[in-house]
Amino acid sequence: MALASSLPARAAVRPAAARIARRRAALHWLAVHSLAVAAALFFVLPFVFVFLTSVMSDQQALTSELWPHQWRWGNYAKVWHTPGFLTWWRNTLVYAGAGTVLTVVSSLPVAYALAKFRFRGRGLALTAVISMMMLPPQVTVIPMYLFWAKQLHLTGSLWPLVIPMLFGDAFSIFLLRQFLLTVPREYLEAARIDGCGELRTLLRVVLPMARPAIAAVALFQFFYCWNDYFGPQIYASENEGAWTLSYGLESFKGAHHTNWNLTMAATLLVMAPVIVLFFFAQRAFIEGVTLTGVKG
Amino acid sequence: MALQLPTPPALRRKRRREAVRTAAFLSPWLIGFGVFFAYPLLSTVYFSFMRYDGFTAPTFAGLKNWDYVFNHYPFFWTGLGNTLWLVAVMVTLRVAFGLGIGLLITKVKTGAGFFRTAFYLPYLAPPVAATMAFAFLLNPGTGPVNHLLGKLGLPQPGWFTDPSWSKPALTLLALWGIGDLMVIFMAALLDVPREQYEAAELDGASPWQRFRYVTLPNISPIVQFAVVTGVIQTMQYYTQAIVAGKVASGVIGGSGQQFEPGYPHGSTWTLPQMVYSLGFQRFDTGSACVVAVILFAISMAFTSVLLRRGAGLVGED
Repeated sequence: MALASSLPARAAVRPAAARIARRRAALHWLAVHSLAVAAALFFVLPFVFVFLTSVMSDQQALTSELWPHQWRWGNYAKVWHTPGFLTWWRNTLVYAGAGTVLTVVSSLPVAYALAKFRFRGRGLALTAVISMMMLPPQVTVIPMYLFWAKQLHLTGSLWPLVIPMLFGDAFSIFLLRQFLLTVPREYLEAARIDGCGELRTLLRVVLPMARPAIAAVALFQFFYCWNDYFGPQIYASENEGAWTLSYGLESFKGAHHTNWNLTMAATLLVMAPVIVLFFFAQRAFIEGVTLTGVKG
Repeated sequence: MALQLPTPPALRRKRRREAVRTAAFLSPWLIGFGVFFAYPLLSTVYFSFMRYDGFTAPTFAGLKNWDYVFNHYPFFWTGLGNTLWLVAVMVTLRVAFGLGIGLLITKVKTGAGFFRTAFYLPYLAPPVAATMAFAFLLNPGTGPVNHLLGKLGLPQPGWFTDPSWSKPALTLLALWGIGDLMVIFMAALLDVPREQYEAAELDGASPWQRFRYVTLPNISPIVQFAVVTGVIQTMQYYTQAIVAGKVASGVIGGSGQQFEPGYPHGSTWTLPQMVYSLGFQRFDTGSACVVAVILFAISMAFTSVLLRRGAGLVGED
């Protein structure tokens, strides 16, 4: 329509061409959106099936039926009151909460120095950060376990996972640095001329500007801790009181054998906080993912 | 000599103050680097030449652990093979699918916000939870996927219980969580200069030619980035493989039961699982460290590619 009204002469001369172009655009729209609907089914249906099974009765969960006869919301209460489940929740929250705060506090000054200070060995330090970021955790796990178990006697708790976060996290340092590179030098110099020391500059000038990047790093770290399975398996598995949700969830299936309904209810309860958090902080999160890409 | 240069002692003092300041800002990470990276890395290499069960004092073993892992440990080559299979197939498909979904989302006009969220959400599902969900969805007895396949008259694979289908099932799970790559590709695709597409269109380029000669060259750094980081991540592939194996074999958690490594038939057995099994279940610290050193070498080889290629990754101030 817009095309026809803006180019009346041409449309009058060649109405057939315009109609063909319009039909083509409509077909293109249809093709793209059918594909998008198909893709959306692939991404969303797993959640739907998991949810439907989570509210089935025990007997129905043993069948391959898709739709619940009766909606057993009580399954969620049952999972919630499973011995241990609340403890795992609390442990996971403590691990993820403390881990997030400590990581941000300890990584920000490092990222700032790497982004804005000029010193010999800066390139080398950055290479080291990237190497640490890419290191599979299994490479160093054996000496680390011996260190925490034999020197400090802290295994059977989450301390071996929380304490290292006092010392900066490579991925967070890298991501914050990428962002801090974009902070114009003039702002920092202006602060310096006003007599701010570097720490004051960091807290008063850089911190407010870096809020989106800090939010992204905090989210990533929270998700990392929430999802971590290997860490709790190594350090906390020997003491059930220190388990986290990710580790406990697996044993849940063991305790309930073939009861897929309760297992799926537990699975959704583990997924829920992450997804809720995402809806609250969608923008910060997506910006963070983009920041991890190659955009120097 | 009337000309007075800045007094050297003052300059030296300023330099020293700056060095102290830099060190102070870097100090958390400098300690972390030493205690949680350099020390354990050297220690891993050291233990790979020692015989140590975690209780009695370590003794020198020369190359015995290396010989054991390569020539006698029955699961080494299986695990290496599986890891390489995952690197080849999972990474390739993930990059291709991520690019496809990224392209699709940039073309969607109606309901773009809904589709973007729907495509992204599975990436957020915690790996253990996502694996449990797929173990249920794909279970051959009552799972909805095989139920639907049966209704359509299609073959119903055993998925996580069939050695030739378990890795494809893990790949499907990895494709479900494509959100990270989708966002990265989406950002890259939106950065391609519009004029280049318009110029190509004027030259009468077909959609495929536009993709091949305009889109692809523009986003190739991002494709490389996705491939290399994908390889590094897949070398660490652990949680999904071990959880899928445990759930499908019916031996799960807590009770200390040992499940068949890499169930079914070692088909989900990967290098990182070997480190765990040798070190924490068989108390063969030396051999576990041999595998860890191999894992380190392969990962660092790919990381150096990333560092060399991705000049943009390092960036400049």
